[in-house]
Amino acid sequence: MSYHNPPTTPRRSATFDEYHMSEIRRAAATGIYDIRGAGAKRKVPNFDDLLFLGASISRYPLEGYREKCETKVTLGTRFAKKPIELKIPITVAGMSFGSLSGPAKEALGRGATIAGTSTTTGDGGMTEEERGHSQTLVYQYLPSRYGMNPRDLRRADAIEVVVGQGAKPGGGGMLLGQKISDRVAEMRTLPKGIDQRSACRHPDWTGPDDLEIKILELREITNWEKPIYVKVAGARPYYDTALAVKAGADVVVLDGMQGGTAATQEVFIEHVGQPTLACIRPAVKALQDLGMHRKVQLIVSGGIRTGADVAKAMALGADVVSVGTAALIALGDNDPHWESEYQKLGTHAGAYDDWHEGKDPAGITTQDAELMKRVDPVAAGRRLANYLKVMTLEAQTIARACGHNHMHNLEPEDLCALTIEAAAMAGVPLAGTSWVPGQGTF
Amino acid sequence: MCGIVGLFIKDKALEPQLGALLSEMLITMTDRGPDSAGIAIYGGDAKGHGKITVQSPNPDVDFKGLDTDLGAKLGTKVSAIVKSTHAVLDVPAEKLEEARAAIAELRPDVRVMGSGEAIEIYKEVGLPEDVVKRFDIAKMSGSHGIGHTRMATESAVTTLGAHPFSTGPDQCLVHNGSLSNHNNLRREMKRDGMKFETENDTEVAAAYLSSKIAHGENLGQALESSLNDLDGFFTFVVGTKDGFGVVRDPIACKPAVMAETDQYVAFGSEYRALANLPGIETARVWEPEPSTVYFWEH
Amino acid sequence: MHASNLATAPVTKVNYAPKVFDLSKITLREFNQALHDITDGATETNWEVLNPKGSHAVAVGAEHAISIDVQGSVGYYCGGMNQNSTITIHGSAGPGVGENMMSGAIFVKGDASQYAGATGRGGMLVIDGNASSRCGISMKGIDIVVGGNVGHMSAFMAQSGNLVVLGDAGDAFGDSIYEARLFLRGEAKSLGADCIEKEMRPEHIEILKDLLARAGITDVKPEEFKRYGSARTLYNFNIDNADAY
Repeated sequence: MSYHNPPTTPRRSATFDEYHMSEIRRAAATGIYDIRGAGAKRKVPNFDDLLFLGASISRYPLEGYREKCETKVTLGTRFAKKPIELKIPITVAGMSFGSLSGPAKEALGRGATIAGTSTTTGDGGMTEEERGHSQTLVYQYLPSRYGMNPRDLRRADAIEVVVGQGAKPGGGGMLLGQKISDRVAEMRTLPKGIDQRSACRHPDWTGPDDLEIKILELREITNWEKPIYVKVAGARPYYDTALAVKAGADVVVLDGMQGGTAATQEVFIEHVGQPTLACIRPAVKALQDLGMHRKVQLIVSGGIRTGADVAKAMALGADVVSVGTAALIALGDNDPHWESEYQKLGTHAGAYDDWHEGKDPAGITTQDAELMKRVDPVAAGRRLANYLKVMTLEAQTIARACGHNHMHNLEPEDLCALTIEAAAMAGVPLAGTSWVPGQGTF
Repeated sequence: MCGIVGLFIKDKALEPQLGALLSEMLITMTDRGPDSAGIAIYGGDAKGHGKITVQSPNPDVDFKGLDTDLGAKLGTKVSAIVKSTHAVLDVPAEKLEEARAAIAELRPDVRVMGSGEAIEIYKEVGLPEDVVKRFDIAKMSGSHGIGHTRMATESAVTTLGAHPFSTGPDQCLVHNGSLSNHNNLRREMKRDGMKFETENDTEVAAAYLSSKIAHGENLGQALESSLNDLDGFFTFVVGTKDGFGVVRDPIACKPAVMAETDQYVAFGSEYRALANLPGIETARVWEPEPSTVYFWEH
Repeated sequence: MHASNLATAPVTKVNYAPKVFDLSKITLREFNQALHDITDGATETNWEVLNPKGSHAVAVGAEHAISIDVQGSVGYYCGGMNQNSTITIHGSAGPGVGENMMSGAIFVKGDASQYAGATGRGGMLVIDGNASSRCGISMKGIDIVVGGNVGHMSAFMAQSGNLVVLGDAGDAFGDSIYEARLFLRGEAKSLGADCIEKEMRPEHIEILKDLLARAGITDVKPEEFKRYGSARTLYNFNIDNADAY
């Protein structure tokens, strides 16, 4: 090597990084956009950028295990004759049968029931596995109306009109390579083995004024008994929450961009929608402006992992949080136990997101009869119950440390933020300051 | 997102009932929009007279002496009829523009809702029933009228955000739906010198039509142009001095029902709005086609 | 044929006076509750609804084989999710008439607004007049017979069942259709993506003959119709078809 002619170290482009170059090659070779599940993977400001202050002298903490910290929550108090009661402020989000296997659905029902909370159907209708094993079951009413029938509507405990999902606000389009097995095809009235087109709007209403009439119809059919939820993606949370309330919702479900187990275009998952953290305050503001905070309950989902996340979402004004991806992990998805099989699929335990392809070694996001045997619904349900209970305990621990005898008494003033971004999004001061950036807007 | 009603009277004998019929139609549509309500009534054909409907948040202060102050400024006689937060000023038709400028100077807080030879516009925050009562709409007579009840989507719930929007003489527009390119259009039209009072998508649509008309298109042509240039979902009902038009976007998801008899042409977002009109049982009832301009003129 | 299509046996008409519900005197809630309170073996199976005046959600969620005559025009979703009952609307129907119906029959004597029979899974919807846009959208087994024309995007993403149109169809007829059968007597302004004309074979004539008979239509012949269905080119993605999506 000549001293006078030193070589330049080969430099990789930050713009054309390894991932994007592989994606360009993949698109060029296949002529298909990338489809996957598992929600946004890019780093976005999230609950990790918030901290609780805790109590000391100016406020008094509550004794753990001794002094009460209530976790119960009632949903549907606005119009429904039969509101639903959850023992814990954590519920299981809608995930479709077809996407999930029967045993996985059963496990979700078992786990949620042990923990005293609800689970939710998904695109594809209600299965016996989940109805039979879920004490409280929310029935999703989706644009596709796959598997939709009045009998299931009546035997649900609540109805969730799905307008958007965190993975794809405003999205419909084309889902390739859906695993349409015989049973799934029958439930969806579709030919076997075809791609699935998915509508972005409901087939028989558009806009909040029509939604109000759709909600009236659902209430009339179910004799005004069941809470009606409206689920929106974290896109324009202030307006969408306000309009769901004006249209007559009992409960608003708000799904941030990290949410969504649904298979959709990667470009959609990563580039459309707002982070969950950024969605909560605008939605709560809309409820407050309408005098409906705590009267119309707010369920927040999208990237909830721990009891700390639960407590932070509730401090920002949510009534309940909802878990999807985390529930699948609790059941055993992406478990290192199956690492060698994940590697055969060209991925790793922890990175597997082709949930729509039906090859899930963990037997959860599959319709393969052999693979799904790997899910023991009783044991997996128990794991989910444990996880939900641990999260609740964690959240209670924090609430007590902040001096609250009810989870709902957590407030934004219990929090500070580590970054300016998180401070602005959550509307709480930057740590060590009284500065709340971005106030007065949403 | 809203409820729309419209009534174009063909049989003069029905004109005294215009306000009453429209009021009832609008009240029926309350569920479609709880935020604000408004109505435009076209009537009065006194030759040479012009009308300016103005609104004030402080009517007691602003409307006191407005007729004499304005008359003095214009050097002519001006009369005013005050109805709650609104007042209709009667000025010579050829002095309409001058009068609008004078009002802005005399009473800076007063807003012009609309002006022309036939149009009066009344709109406020609140339910249709309260709004029509407040302005005594049921007693009004006229040749045609349009009503709107609003469920605000993205812009503020205010008096100025209520429909109808009027951006040209004797023109008004109401809208059900939601436009998705109104911000860009507003910026373009602002560069062309147009003024906007709100952030409302519908005001952009109204201004768009007025601008097309100002550039020589007739209302029918302007509505045709809107099908190319406006992005989003809309059912529009528009009024002019002599006419009444309807157009829906190509996707046509927002509802619309029309009825025609020898006595009238009626529009409703839903059939409910038309259900109590005289002779509705035997009327021709139909749904306007997408991307098709419908227009009636006296 | 889809099993639920067989459940459209005519309701036995009983000759005593109908049970009358006047919506100018009772609320929609009271009427629908009465409808849901019917138990098996109810004897009063002949109902009449007066003064609907465009009300929404009239006679939704019926479960029993009764006949309901609605005297006047209705708003959105009349007969929504119907099972077993026969509903006759003596007037026009607003958006989504018979949406997601499972079985039974709905007859509209006037016109129907958009989304007629949306996502219907069974039973029969007969519209004497015109149906506007998106008639039979996402239909999943229902049989729909329209005496007049249908608007644009009718049978959009239609999955199964039969749509029979005696008049003309608007733009994008049968767009993104799956396995539903479309029978059109007039002309379509345009066909939607992946929808093509198909051969009318003897078995289709038989199916159509049965549909027309059940709809009470006697003055047109099955041979006057053309059949449309899916070209199935969009069933599995090919980037060169991207313009069709």
